[in-house]
Amino acid sequence: MEWLERFFPYILAGLSVGGQYALIAIGYTMVYGILRLINFAHGDIFTVAGFIMVYMSATMPLYISIPLTIILTVLLGFTVERVAYKPLREAPRMSIMISAIGMSYLLQNLMWYVTGGLAKQYPVIPFISDSIVVWVTTTKIVTLVTPVLTIVLVILLQQLIHHTKLGMAMRAVSRDFETAKLMGIQINSVISATFIIGSFLAAVGSLLYFSNYPTVTPTVGAMPGLKAFVAAVFGGIGSIPGAVIGALIIGVSENLIKALGYSTFSDAFTFALLIFILLAKPTGLFGEKIIDKV
Amino acid sequence: MAEKMLELQDITMQFGGVVAVNNLSMHIDQGEIVALIGPNGAGKTTAFNCVTGMYRPTNGQVKFEGKVIVANYPQGKMKSMYAGENKGKYKHEVAPTPDKITRMGIARTFQNIRLFKTQTAFENVLIATHLHRTSNPFTATFRLNYKEERQMRELALSMLEMVGLQDSKDELATSLPYGKQRRLEIARALATKPKLLLLDEPAAGMNPQETHELGQFIVDIKNRFNLTVFLIEHHMDLVMDISERIYVIDFGKLIATGSPDEIRENQDVISAYLGVDEE
Amino acid sequence: MKTNKLSWMIAFVLLALMFAGLYVLEQTLPPTTMLFTILKKSVIYALIAVSMNLLNGFTGLFSLGQAGFMVVGAYTFAILTIPVQHRAMVYQYYDGGIVQFALPAALGILAAGAVAAVFAFLVGLPVLRLKSDYLAIATLGFAEIIRAFIQYEGLGPLTNGSNLLRRFPTFTGIIPPFAIVAFCIFIIVMLIHSTYGRALKAIRDDETAAEAMGINLFFHKQLSFVISSFFAGVAGALLAMYQGSIQAASFKSSMTYEILLIVVIGGMGSISGSILASFLFIASSEWWLRFLDNELFIGTFKVPLLRSGFRVVVFSVIIMAVVLFYRRGIMGDREFNLRFLTRGRSKAKERKNG
Repeated sequence: MEWLERFFPYILAGLSVGGQYALIAIGYTMVYGILRLINFAHGDIFTVAGFIMVYMSATMPLYISIPLTIILTVLLGFTVERVAYKPLREAPRMSIMISAIGMSYLLQNLMWYVTGGLAKQYPVIPFISDSIVVWVTTTKIVTLVTPVLTIVLVILLQQLIHHTKLGMAMRAVSRDFETAKLMGIQINSVISATFIIGSFLAAVGSLLYFSNYPTVTPTVGAMPGLKAFVAAVFGGIGSIPGAVIGALIIGVSENLIKALGYSTFSDAFTFALLIFILLAKPTGLFGEKIIDKV
Repeated sequence: MAEKMLELQDITMQFGGVVAVNNLSMHIDQGEIVALIGPNGAGKTTAFNCVTGMYRPTNGQVKFEGKVIVANYPQGKMKSMYAGENKGKYKHEVAPTPDKITRMGIARTFQNIRLFKTQTAFENVLIATHLHRTSNPFTATFRLNYKEERQMRELALSMLEMVGLQDSKDELATSLPYGKQRRLEIARALATKPKLLLLDEPAAGMNPQETHELGQFIVDIKNRFNLTVFLIEHHMDLVMDISERIYVIDFGKLIATGSPDEIRENQDVISAYLGVDEE
Repeated sequence: MKTNKLSWMIAFVLLALMFAGLYVLEQTLPPTTMLFTILKKSVIYALIAVSMNLLNGFTGLFSLGQAGFMVVGAYTFAILTIPVQHRAMVYQYYDGGIVQFALPAALGILAAGAVAAVFAFLVGLPVLRLKSDYLAIATLGFAEIIRAFIQYEGLGPLTNGSNLLRRFPTFTGIIPPFAIVAFCIFIIVMLIHSTYGRALKAIRDDETAAEAMGINLFFHKQLSFVISSFFAGVAGALLAMYQGSIQAASFKSSMTYEILLIVVIGGMGSISGSILASFLFIASSEWWLRFLDNELFIGTFKVPLLRSGFRVVVFSVIIMAVVLFYRRGIMGDREFNLRFLTRGRSKAKERKNG
C-alpha cells in the first residue's frame, strides 16, 4: 500500500499525459495509414495550437477562443496538407517525408518569429485548471478529465470510421490507395478529412496538455510530438486503438521513470521502447503485416 | 547420366492459408536447358524465388551441385496452419540471403526488368562484377586494387559486346529500348559468372521474330559459357524450340514433365491451359 | 581514362589555387573578419552534408541520426584534448573529471571519428534491418538516446553532464579546417567511385536487384553507415573546435533536419551539390539574410515584418520552395566537373557539323 501511495500520483499523471499523447498519436497513425507518411509537422501543429490559444484568449473570452483555436488549428492542418503534401502525391516517398520535415522547420521558425522566442503565458482555463484532491495527491482536474475525454473521442472516432461513408472511404484508401482511386473515391477529400480529424484531436490535446504548464515555447511541442509518434508505431501504425494503448503505456512508463529519479532518461526510454518494438515486432502491437511483392 | 545441377525436393510455399507451390520436386542436369511452364498464377515465379533465396519455402529443400542450399520445415504459426505434404520430413533450416545464392553460382533475371535506373548500361554490368572482388573497402578507396578494377571493367565490357550493346554502353539503362533492356539484364546476370542461369519470362513483351532471336541467343550463351539454364516462360514457341525438358505446374502442383514433344501431346497440360469442359 | 586523369589533375590544381587564395586572404585581412567565420562554418557543414549524402543520397538509407554521431565526435574530441591543467576548472562539479591526460588535436579528431564509427556499428546492427520510415525514426531515436546519456549526471566525470565543455584546442587559422575537410571529402569521393561505391548506388536504385547480383545488403549498408558516421564524428570535432565550447543540448534533431535540407538543396547524390549548398546555406543564414533580422527605417517609415527571427522564416520558405518545386536541388545527382564544359563544346560542334 505504501508503494502504491508513493507511485499513485505518477501513475495518475502518466495516464493523463498518455491521453494527451494519444490524441496526437491518432493524427500520426491515421495519416500514416492513408499516405504512408510520417507527418513530422504534426507535433508542430500541436504547438501552434498552443500559441493560437495564447493569442486568442488574450483578446477574447474563453467560450469564443477555445472553439476558435480548434477551428484555426484544423484550418492549419488542412492547409499544410494542401500546400506541402498534395503537390508531391506522385513523388517518391522520400520527397514527401523531406517536405514534412521542411514544413516542421518552417512552422517552428514561424513560431519563433511571432513570439520572439519568448515563453508565452498559457491562459488558465477555469474548472479544468482547478485543483482537486484525489486520494493521496493534489492535482488539476484536467488530469482526470483527459483520460475520460480521450476515450470518449476515440469511441466517437471509431464510430465514424466503422459506420459512416467517409469512414469506409478512409478504410478503403488505407487498404489500397490505387484501387480506391480507381473505384471513384475522392482521394483528396479523404486525405483532407484525415488531416482535419488529426488536427482537431491535436488541438484538443494541446488545450489539455498546456493546461498543465504555465507557458508555451516554440520547441516545446517537438518532444510530445515524437513521443506520440512512437506511441503510434508501438501500437502498430495505422491502428487507432493501438495508438491509444501505446500512448498510455508511454505516458505511465515515463512518469514511473521520473518517480524512480531517472528524469534524464524519461525521453530516452521512449526511443528505447521504439527500437525494442521495431526489432521484436516491427508491425507494432496491432499492426498488419505487409508482404513485399517481387 | 549427367550430373544433377539443381534439385528441388518437395518444395512447398504457403502464404497464410494459400498454398502457392505444393510439393514440387524437379531437377536440372548439368548443361541442360529446362523450362518451367504453367498458366498465370500457377506458382512459377514463387518456385523460382524459393531457389534464389528471395522467399523461404515453407517445407522442402533445394540442392545445388549436390549440396543443400535452401531448406525449411513448417515452424511457428505454420506448424498448425501447414496444409502441404511431407510434414516432418525435413528437420533443419538453411536460409541464405539471395546474394549468397548468387555467389554460389546461380544468377537470375527478373520478370519485370529491374535495372539500376540511375546507372548506365556499362555500370549496370560492372556492378555485377562486384561479388568476386578481392579488395576491401580500404584498398578499393585508395585504388590499390587497380589491376582488379581493370579486369572488372574488361569483363563488363566483354559482356556488353556479347549481347551487342557496346554502342549503348554509356546510355542510361532505363533509356534503352525494351529489347535491349532484356539483353542488358542477361549480360548483367552473366557478369556474376554463374554456373546456372535462371531466366524469369525472358521473352515477355517480345514479338515472334525477337522471341526467335532470343532463343538462339540463349542456346548460344549456354554453349559459350558452359551454362545450365532454367527458364520460366509463357511463349510456347520459345519453350518448345530450345528446352530439352519441360515441367508443367498448375495451382502450384506438378502436372506433367517430359520432352517438348511429350508435353505437346499431354492431355493434362492441354486441359490446364484450355480449361476442362465440365461433363 | 585519359580525360579522367586530366580532370583529376585539374581538380588538384583548383584545390591548390583555393588554398593559395585562402592563404592570401589570411595574410591580408584581419583574422576577425566575418568572412573567415562564415568560411570555417561552411566548410565544416560541407563535410557533415557530404557524410549525410553518402548515406541518404548514395545508399538510399533515410537516416536521421547525423546529429547523434556529431555529438559523439564532438564530445570524444573535447574529452580527450582538454589540457590537463584546465580540467579542474572545466569539470568544476566533478573534481576535474576522470580523464587525466590530453591528446594532441590531430589524434583527438581521429578518435572522434573512430568512436562515432564504433557507435554507428553498434547502432547499425539492429536498425539497418528496418525499412525507410522506420529507419528514419529509429536513427532519430538513437540520436536522442545518445544525447540523453551524455547529459546524464552519472556520466558527469566523463562528459561533464549537462554543463559546457570548453578550453580544448581550437583552430589557429583558416587553412586547417579546409585541409581536413578537403582530405575527408576526397576520401568519400574516392570511395563513391570505387567498386564499393557502385554497390551502394545499386542498393539505392533497387535493393532486390542488387541483392540478386550478389551484393550483401547488410554488409554494404553497415559499411556506408559506419563510414558516414566516422566523418560525422570528425565534423563534430571540427564544429567543437570552431565553436570553442560544446553542450550536448545543442545537438538536437533540428540540427539533423537542417543538414538534411542542405543535402536536399544541393541535390541528393551530388557531392559538389552538398558542398555548394553548405556554403550558400551558411552564408545566407549568417550573413546575406542578416539584414532581415534588423529593424529598418527609411526616413521615418518602418519597413514592416523586419525583426529578429524573420530571416529564418524567409529561409524556411525558400527551402520549402526548393523542396516543392525544385525537388532535385541545385545539382540533381550530377557532379560539377569538366565534362560540363567539354560537353557543351561537343554539342556545339555537333550543331555546327549537323
